[in-house]
Amino acid sequence: MKDIRHLIEPEDLSVEEIHDLVDLGLKMHKNPADYAEVCKGQILASLFFEPSTRTKFSFDSAMMRLGGNVIGFADANVTSAKKGESLADTIRVMGFYSDIIVMRHPREGAPKLASHYCEVPIINGGDGGHQHPTQTLTDLITIQRFKGKLDGHTVAFCGDLKYGRTVHSLIRTLARMGTKKFILVSPEELQLPSAIKRQLTTKYGVELQEVKYVEDVIEEIDILYMTRIQKERFFNEEDYLKLKNSYIFTANKLKTAKKDMIIMHPLPRVNEIAYDVDTDPRAVYFEQSRMGVYVRMALITKLLEVGPYARG
Amino acid sequence: MLEVKGIENGIVLDHITAGKGIKVFNKLFSDQTDYPVVLVMNVQSNVQGRKDIIKIENRFDVDLDALGLIDENIVVNVIREGKLSEKKTVSIPKKVTGLFDCKNPRCITNHDVYCSPEFDLIGSNGELEYACSYCEEITKFKL
Repeated sequence: MKDIRHLIEPEDLSVEEIHDLVDLGLKMHKNPADYAEVCKGQILASLFFEPSTRTKFSFDSAMMRLGGNVIGFADANVTSAKKGESLADTIRVMGFYSDIIVMRHPREGAPKLASHYCEVPIINGGDGGHQHPTQTLTDLITIQRFKGKLDGHTVAFCGDLKYGRTVHSLIRTLARMGTKKFILVSPEELQLPSAIKRQLTTKYGVELQEVKYVEDVIEEIDILYMTRIQKERFFNEEDYLKLKNSYIFTANKLKTAKKDMIIMHPLPRVNEIAYDVDTDPRAVYFEQSRMGVYVRMALITKLLEVGPYARG
Repeated sequence: MLEVKGIENGIVLDHITAGKGIKVFNKLFSDQTDYPVVLVMNVQSNVQGRKDIIKIENRFDVDLDALGLIDENIVVNVIREGKLSEKKTVSIPKKVTGLFDCKNPRCITNHDVYCSPEFDLIGSNGELEYACSYCEEITKFKL
């Protein structure tokens, strides 16, 4: 039986494989026509039990650019999950209807459970506040494109570091790839979870500098990774309202920043990056979204073992 | 002095740290009414000073992982026809499945019947720390 590869958490890919995917994604960005037929006849099931714009549609777009087809849903209310069907049952069946599945689910660990019941590759498109490995690939291809290499940068994460799954996936991966220091900017209530902090310091020997205001460290930063305070992760509205305006990055704060610093954001943004930042050449967050399509194209070909990853 | 007679067939959980016997009983045997069970507390021990003992007649299986989570000092003696036939020591389990729930309310293990919570031991310094293999949240136990 064919070995099935899933992408549930970033560690499912080795550092070499990540470099390969980033390089292939950049090639696909340059010459998309070369890959337009590699998934002909294949079907991607995109199962989004939680809302998404970029992840869902960039996967759909990626599969279509590879010549494949897409089925799925963007709202669990239109499926039998609404009738109380278990995730395992839904996934078992969707595995018969498709060649590869990308799923987003509000419950943390749901994609791992799904991978136990599926005969086709499962890609985690985000599980609660836990992990978002394909956003990490998107972030990495963006760093490679705009900074020329993936290591040796001073990276600052700003905003919701507690529930921000994109942060959890990226910081771990950058540490695994050799980054030795991170600056963490967040209100006390939204600090990086202690389990991840401990993993970073003990497993990867990383130095973590925690500060309250990005202005205090802006001159040191090579990559500023902004995040949204996510309403959907809070159990009560009051806590969300208290914290939602914690960090708003404006063009004024860029005055002392490095000329080649880049500002990233997984999007959607609400108000944490003011619109006056958008026209600054250091703001790369929209290009970041664009690159997500190409690195996801690379990932699909890898997990399906087609095109550049075809066996034999 | 209090005397409790030996059993012919069954298991004896010996060297339970004094005071933990009731916890072991509640966790492992409280719903087990078919077998005679004796819990003895605060008996004298040469090694521990005082200890608790549990004797269960006509039962031979016991969850060693569950015992290890409560007290790693416990020794399980299996008795057959009045004689000691096997001695098992317990240890802090490195992997635990289904013995406790993940404390993360957003974890899939708390919401899906197909999913039994699984944990990996990541620390045992003063308290046991288990990371959920689904959501990675850490659950702690005091030793």
